[in-house]
Amino acid sequence: MATPSELTATEQRRRFESGEVSSVELTQACVDRVAAVDDRVGAFLRFDAEKALAQAAACDAARAEGKPLGPLAGVPVAVKDLFCQEGEITTCASKILENFRSPYDSTVVDRLKQAGAVLLGRTNMDEFAMGGSTENSAYQTSRNPWDLERSPGGSSGGAAACVAALEAPLSVGTDTGGSIRQPAGLCGVVGMKPTYGRVSRYGLVAFASSLDQAGPLARTVEDTALLYDALAGHDPRDSTSNPSPAEPCAPTVNEPLKGLKVGVVPEHFAEGLDDEVRAAVEAAIETYRGLGAETVEVDLPHAKYGVATYYVIAPCEASSNLSRYDGVHYGHRTDEAAMLAQLEAERKAALASGDAEAADAIDTALVRLYRQSRSEGFGPEVKRRIMLGAYALSAGYYDAYYLKALKVRRLIRQDYDRAFEKVDLIAGPVTAAPAFKLGELSEDPLSMYLVDLYTVSANLAGLPAISLPCGKSKAGLPIGMQLMAPPLAEEKLLRGARMYEQATDWHQPTPDL
Amino acid sequence: MAISRADVEKASLLGRLILSDQELDELAPQLAEVVAYVDQLSEVDTEGVEPMAHAVELVNVLRDDEPREGLSREAALANAPKHNGVGFLVPAVLGD
Repeated sequence: MATPSELTATEQRRRFESGEVSSVELTQACVDRVAAVDDRVGAFLRFDAEKALAQAAACDAARAEGKPLGPLAGVPVAVKDLFCQEGEITTCASKILENFRSPYDSTVVDRLKQAGAVLLGRTNMDEFAMGGSTENSAYQTSRNPWDLERSPGGSSGGAAACVAALEAPLSVGTDTGGSIRQPAGLCGVVGMKPTYGRVSRYGLVAFASSLDQAGPLARTVEDTALLYDALAGHDPRDSTSNPSPAEPCAPTVNEPLKGLKVGVVPEHFAEGLDDEVRAAVEAAIETYRGLGAETVEVDLPHAKYGVATYYVIAPCEASSNLSRYDGVHYGHRTDEAAMLAQLEAERKAALASGDAEAADAIDTALVRLYRQSRSEGFGPEVKRRIMLGAYALSAGYYDAYYLKALKVRRLIRQDYDRAFEKVDLIAGPVTAAPAFKLGELSEDPLSMYLVDLYTVSANLAGLPAISLPCGKSKAGLPIGMQLMAPPLAEEKLLRGARMYEQATDWHQPTPDL
Repeated sequence: MAISRADVEKASLLGRLILSDQELDELAPQLAEVVAYVDQLSEVDTEGVEPMAHAVELVNVLRDDEPREGLSREAALANAPKHNGVGFLVPAVLGD
């Protein structure tokens, strides 16, 4: 008999509706599990058991009163710490937002509330979603539940780890270059990046606005569809939100796709791909053949430039978005009195030495306030990306870097448009290797950036993509497969993923914690 | 294009950051390596290619010009590091 923590969200929802289980029981199971394992996993930055249980009790009362039940009624859900939630601290895992209490709900949080979900708490992440290991959090390191010495991936590492560790049946993350799919792959859960604009970005702390996309993490594709349906749809508060109606995917997710054509990109299996990952993904593609799908080779000639394109565009947008953190309106402010005294001392020293140029170059008090507050508040990776963006956008380099990257981005998108004229989905690896050890890549930014090799193109092109478990390494680490689909083809993507999931049991094992 | 320590110092000013000598020593080679990597974009023929700033074609999205409630002053100032109940307080902008 499965414990409440072991039930899928779909099953939790069904049993809640039928009265077999209460939301308080489901939530208490999460509370107990978090108490038992989260000191080792470190998935949650903040977890308020009392508040979650109070929400659960309200769900139970609503059910008892015969009130209409939302699609996630009674089901616990965790959210990444970058979705604004009214009255809650929203830090983005950064010291600069250490005390920021949001005055409003993001649309993601609002829709979860409307759907009746129990909001469990806030999951750890790389600071401002910049990173691939969740080691860039200013507060704690999250660990991979399958091997606590290894990274859960990032930046939604906490969101993936809490689902893998059975601390929450569902969680919401964001994906700017692979930040849902890569940690999902490394933690052995399902993670989907919807089409750009399909889930509102209103109230999501922005990193790179043309790439950021919120999406679901869950243990099964069916659960992923359940959460996706609750989140997707047009939002007039987000001007980049897709205006077309979002058709629900959960009702059809168990229907296999007839005549499915699966695209395979030979370059995805080139040098650099771990042998065990290669074998697992090739076996998954063979499974599709066994299910009657046709596999077709497709050519994505510009995909190899994806990481380079991303690491121009994303830092440029980040340097602009993060300019709002200035120590004035909210967030960390440097010790003003000490800063002014220091500034005065610098001025006196420059004037005393007769160096007028040096005196002129000294910051004004306001500029020094900005610079010092930001330097104290941001961590190294965020500084690196602000600097990269500032450099690439500076006079003389704009055309060579930013404009060039935007043009290559167009070519990458055109490659996908051509490929999807021939196939329904594209299948391949989600990461080049299983989970890496904590600290293994943290001193080498370029190596860490290359972790996004297979995932960034979907963000650049705005496509929906999903990561789902397709194997285990000899060391017992999960291996993920990525499926990509044309824009707004989430229903096809989820049905295609569910077909594979129903034919295999890679999604079933849970880590021994 | 190689990135020098002077470039990094300039970028820190543009990015409104102050870097210690140690940070400069660490960041300059890291940024140089990343910039060298992204330089591979120069080999792509992009003649006549329209830049793509966004994954979807954007149009102006305007709501009806009707007044609506925004954040109250109290809520807007609630997270401010320094305010006087009316506005945000900053060090003197002029005359310092």
